Amino acid sequence: MLPTGQRLREYDIAAVEREIEVAPGVFYPAWTYNGQVPGPTIRVTEGDRIRIRFTNQGTHPHTLHFHGIHGARQDGIPGVMEAAPGQTVTYEFDAKPFGCHLYHCHSVPFKRHLHKGLYGAFIVDPDPQRHPDQVDVARSRLLGSSENQRWQELLMVMNAFDTNFDEENEVYAVNSISHAYMKQPIRIERDRPVRVYLINVTEFDPINSFHLHANFFNYYDHGTTLTPTSRTVDTVMLCQGQRGIIECSFADFEPGLYMFHAHQAEFAELGWMSAFEVVA
Amino acid sequence: MKALPWRWVLPPLLLAGLAALLLTLSPARLLNLNAPPLESLIVERTVLNDQGITLKVRAEGSAPMTIAQVQVDGAYWAFTQQPPDPIRRLATATVQIPYPWVEGEAHHVQFLTNTGVVVAHPIDVALPTPALSLATLLGYGWLGLYVGLVPVGLGMLCYPYLKVLGQRGLTFVLTLTLGMLAFLLVDTLQEGLELAGKAAAAFQGQALVWFAATVACLALFAVGRRQGKPPEGTALSTYMALGIGLHNLGEGLAIGTAFALGEIALGSFLVIGFTLHNLTEGLGIVAPLLRKQKLRWQTCVALAALAGLPAVIGLWVGAFAFSPHWAALFLGIGAGAILQVIIELGTYLQRQLHLSRLSGLAGLSLAGFTTGLLVMYSTALLVKF
Repeated sequence: MLPTGQRLREYDIAAVEREIEVAPGVFYPAWTYNGQVPGPTIRVTEGDRIRIRFTNQGTHPHTLHFHGIHGARQDGIPGVMEAAPGQTVTYEFDAKPFGCHLYHCHSVPFKRHLHKGLYGAFIVDPDPQRHPDQVDVARSRLLGSSENQRWQELLMVMNAFDTNFDEENEVYAVNSISHAYMKQPIRIERDRPVRVYLINVTEFDPINSFHLHANFFNYYDHGTTLTPTSRTVDTVMLCQGQRGIIECSFADFEPGLYMFHAHQAEFAELGWMSAFEVVA
Repeated sequence: MKALPWRWVLPPLLLAGLAALLLTLSPARLLNLNAPPLESLIVERTVLNDQGITLKVRAEGSAPMTIAQVQVDGAYWAFTQQPPDPIRRLATATVQIPYPWVEGEAHHVQFLTNTGVVVAHPIDVALPTPALSLATLLGYGWLGLYVGLVPVGLGMLCYPYLKVLGQRGLTFVLTLTLGMLAFLLVDTLQEGLELAGKAAAAFQGQALVWFAATVACLALFAVGRRQGKPPEGTALSTYMALGIGLHNLGEGLAIGTAFALGEIALGSFLVIGFTLHNLTEGLGIVAPLLRKQKLRWQTCVALAALAGLPAVIGLWVGAFAFSPHWAALFLGIGAGAILQVIIELGTYLQRQLHLSRLSGLAGLSLAGFTTGLLVMYSTALLVKF
């Protein structure tokens, strides 16, 4: 807690060069935040103060560029808060607006810094006190609240890898590993609602999409509203950097496998294919 | 004074008149052709270092070309060009792009001319280009010795083994050498033609290879037989060493550029492969000397140096100062030199067989020739990339 009563959240993030296995036997020379792709999820509450010590352990300059509201001096672009190899810079700003956001490196060459793996989720939960008209909805989104406990929350970063650097992706996935959730479906208890924080960071392909089988969902584009921006849809299309929140329910559904995948069949068959295993 | 005969003056006068007519009238205009100038650019040398990417480009457009913009990996980048003027036909310029290339990955450079034409130059594997220093010179020098001098020398050391052979054994060794040379001829021509394809079209690289080969072969032939008789013994060995040396120059060029461009990994396996591959060459060089009573060691050293050391020069040039058209020219000369040796060695062998009244050795000769080809082909499996 800061003297102002504001909650301070501190993080240490390092840019690390590391090989990751993106498909069985396929190793990709990634640039990562803290050794993982996507990078560590930063989840805070609206209005929190965020302080991140960012250390560049790589061989190229890197930044942290947040999708959020902040001053120009915290923007994390070439020449502004860019960490040279071996250098540490500290970002500090307030978390706003609430929603499902992302952060990524903004150094040049921009495309390469993105598709090499420098991105992660930045989720800002709504502060129920600031939304008196929709306190219950806001509380259901607030991590740690009793209303939130009921929800089965998932983070899905739609990404892809260009393994031969010809500006075309060879491997597609959610959360980096192709077909991972097809081979090991995500277990869903049918009586608890499902919330997916969905972020598209796919490079080279202008759009990506999320399609759910045998069910429909409500969608909150950017997650910056407490009422859905699309109701009762089974497919959403996201451009590069776009994201949103999906809410659905399998209550009273027949137990079994319910697939979800990109509805670009090409992406699906190159790895962005997954399934929920709904259990009673 | 006699009147100047018109038949002497007429041709140059008419030619000058025709040129003036063409330049003033421009007959293409009669066809109403208003085609834009042809624009073409080739990259002759790629250098990657901590300053970014440096490319030596040669223009071969029909008019001076202007590189207006440079893209790397689909993004515009600032660049500097030396000299900064439009690049005249067949002139070169150096383009420097401060691009933070990534080691071991591919990059795609594209030049955008002022008329919007795009010329692409892919960099398949980005690796730091060896900078010219004593250490790298020595490193490439050592590699050249291993690829050229060492195997040739080792092959020549087999001389005592060959010395004890009888006539049939000698025939086998000489035909084996012919097979080895036939392989080198094809290999050198192929290498030369491949490099010719990378040179500016105006240099007509492929024709250059064939012409250089023909002229080199005829010239060496003339020099070799200037006293009216074909070369034998040490002279024949010397021509063989020269031909093989030029081939090894080409081999060195290929290895040097490939290493510098990261196209092949420098492994001990590859070096051993080259050593085995070039061992047969030394064997061939001493084959014409087997009839001599005494062989001076100085001759041996000189022959080994002539055949083996060009590999060192090839590696240096390939790594530090490569130009595809010059390389194609040298490989053409090399092919010509090898052809000359094939002819001289073949006729020598024929005379030998005739003198010794040995006939009916066709089977043995064929076996020797095929063995030579096979040995070269199978050891080349280790080193072709």
